[in-house]
Amino acid sequence: MRFVFKTDYNQDIRILKHSGYWWSYGALLAVLVAAPFLLGSYLQSQLVFVFIYAIVGVALMILTGFTGQASLGHAAFLAIGAYTAGFLQQLGVPFIVYFPVAAVLTGLVGALVGFPALRLQGIYLVIATIAFAFIVEEVLARWESVTHGNEGMRVRTLDLVGMPVPRDSAAFYFLCLLVLVGVVVLALNLLRSPTGRAFVAIRDSETAGKSMGIDLAAYKVKSFAISAAITGMAGVLFAHKMTFISPEMFTLLLSIEFIMVIIIGGAFGVHGAILGAIFMVMVDPFLTALKDDVPVLAANVASSFGMAQDAATHLQEKLSKIGSAAGLKGAIYGLIIMMFILFEPYGLYGRWLKVKLFFQLFPLYKRATFKRQKTYVKSERNR
Amino acid sequence: MSFFTVDGISLQFGGLKAVDNVSFSVAKGEIFTIIGPNGAGKTSIFNLISRLYNPTAGKLFFGDQDITEVPPHQIAKLGIARTFQNIELFENATMLANLLVGRHCHATTQLWQEMLFLPSVRHAERAHRRKVEEVIEFLDLQAYRDKLIAGLPYGVRKVIEMARALCSEPKLILLDEPSSGLNVEETDDMSFWIRDIRSELGITVLMVEHDMTLVNRVSDRVLALNYGKVLASGTPSEVQAHPDVIAAYLGA
Repeated sequence: MRFVFKTDYNQDIRILKHSGYWWSYGALLAVLVAAPFLLGSYLQSQLVFVFIYAIVGVALMILTGFTGQASLGHAAFLAIGAYTAGFLQQLGVPFIVYFPVAAVLTGLVGALVGFPALRLQGIYLVIATIAFAFIVEEVLARWESVTHGNEGMRVRTLDLVGMPVPRDSAAFYFLCLLVLVGVVVLALNLLRSPTGRAFVAIRDSETAGKSMGIDLAAYKVKSFAISAAITGMAGVLFAHKMTFISPEMFTLLLSIEFIMVIIIGGAFGVHGAILGAIFMVMVDPFLTALKDDVPVLAANVASSFGMAQDAATHLQEKLSKIGSAAGLKGAIYGLIIMMFILFEPYGLYGRWLKVKLFFQLFPLYKRATFKRQKTYVKSERNR
Repeated sequence: MSFFTVDGISLQFGGLKAVDNVSFSVAKGEIFTIIGPNGAGKTSIFNLISRLYNPTAGKLFFGDQDITEVPPHQIAKLGIARTFQNIELFENATMLANLLVGRHCHATTQLWQEMLFLPSVRHAERAHRRKVEEVIEFLDLQAYRDKLIAGLPYGVRKVIEMARALCSEPKLILLDEPSSGLNVEETDDMSFWIRDIRSELGITVLMVEHDMTLVNRVSDRVLALNYGKVLASGTPSEVQAHPDVIAAYLGA
């Protein structure tokens, strides 16, 4: 186990706390940089989706994980970013202009949505954001002169200062990686400065935050704006990755997927957003692969244990029939999510921290370390 | 003009008068205690001072400034910090993070600077940290810097909450039942700290307290309340000897 001996305030301010961080995150970055040269185009494309989901995950982490304001309207922010990109690109605006413009515009809309948040708590805020998402979806469908309505909109190949960056290229992969890394650094910077601490204070106790001098209204609006702006950036990348956008791509279901990203990842750290994104994007192809591979594997195992050939083939057919039953994938998917909420409310990142601590403290780890204690009632009445 | 004045303040919840025309003033460098039976309106007065409630009548003055209309988040900046009866710490954060939130009213950096973590932000962070470290040393909290609040015992949390209030460098600190839930030894420590806050840091203390031993030991002046009305005020022994106060407590 490592004991960090602190001699300088900068040691607490630094993002990479000690040399171990440099090694592990350096290795991760090296793997990610090497990935497009090693992986097939399918996996590379999946990774791009992981990055885009992770960017939205970080945005939602700032708003929901850190500030404690739930939102089921992030698909709408993604849509605003995507449509801004599509529309401005048609007008001949270059990427280096419409990328920040989309972020700022989405941020402004986010700030507007943030205002009702000043008066709404919990489930009521969720409903308000859902309503907002429906409004955006409807506007996208009706404002045909800009969005081409339900017909959808074609997004041309991304043009980065004269260099075309097609959706399947390694360059597009690196662009998404760069944006993700930038957003993560930005989020971590916020967290180690007064604004980030104010966000966390609002989440944990509004009353205490208020009496510590935190202007709740201002910080809630800021949190909404930052979260929306980051989601807008993801929207631009999403539009270019999909090459075609239409209103029915940005439904409530997508917003729910984004919330799942941070719940499954663990809604208390930036790591959670990324782990959750990996899970959400990869679970589908993983289940598909299982569906194809498990029957074959089972038949092979069965015949190697001495089962007759035609019985093994029969088993394989039976299993693949079960595997391709309609709705099975959705059911398994739902089951996984329920398991998470029941058994690991801290998500994948929480599980990772527990495993890490287990090895650090071996053999002294005790499960109670992570048990939440019930404490005295908070002064809810002061709200 | 005295240091802090409450002038004829009232707070009404529908038909209930929680605070009824209460006036008192606190001198600079004083330890002033409000006592009273449960429901007397003590914490309501605190919530009025920290502007969580709007008074139905009356005025609050801090120095020469009328703070009756000041929004709650600006109270800390003026130099009034407080603790809560039920401990309102940020539980899923470390003690350091909690204390740094106490520095919030002195934050000067802008959002965009913080996103990029410019050298100015780093400089400000180091300054906040230095100040926090002073408070940690003052209250002997060195052992808990990186500990999560959720895992700390009640007595320590109580002290940390006081530390967080001190981090905002207040001129007036409001302590809402500093000894509730503490054992005898911890209450002893608390009484030393309260006196140190006044004598070493020069901060005026206004507190609500039930433990009469602690009240007698630290208070310069005491105000007794019942049903939102002032019963008596004066030195601890004067107030305790007052017939109305005895009646209120013993029901005689």
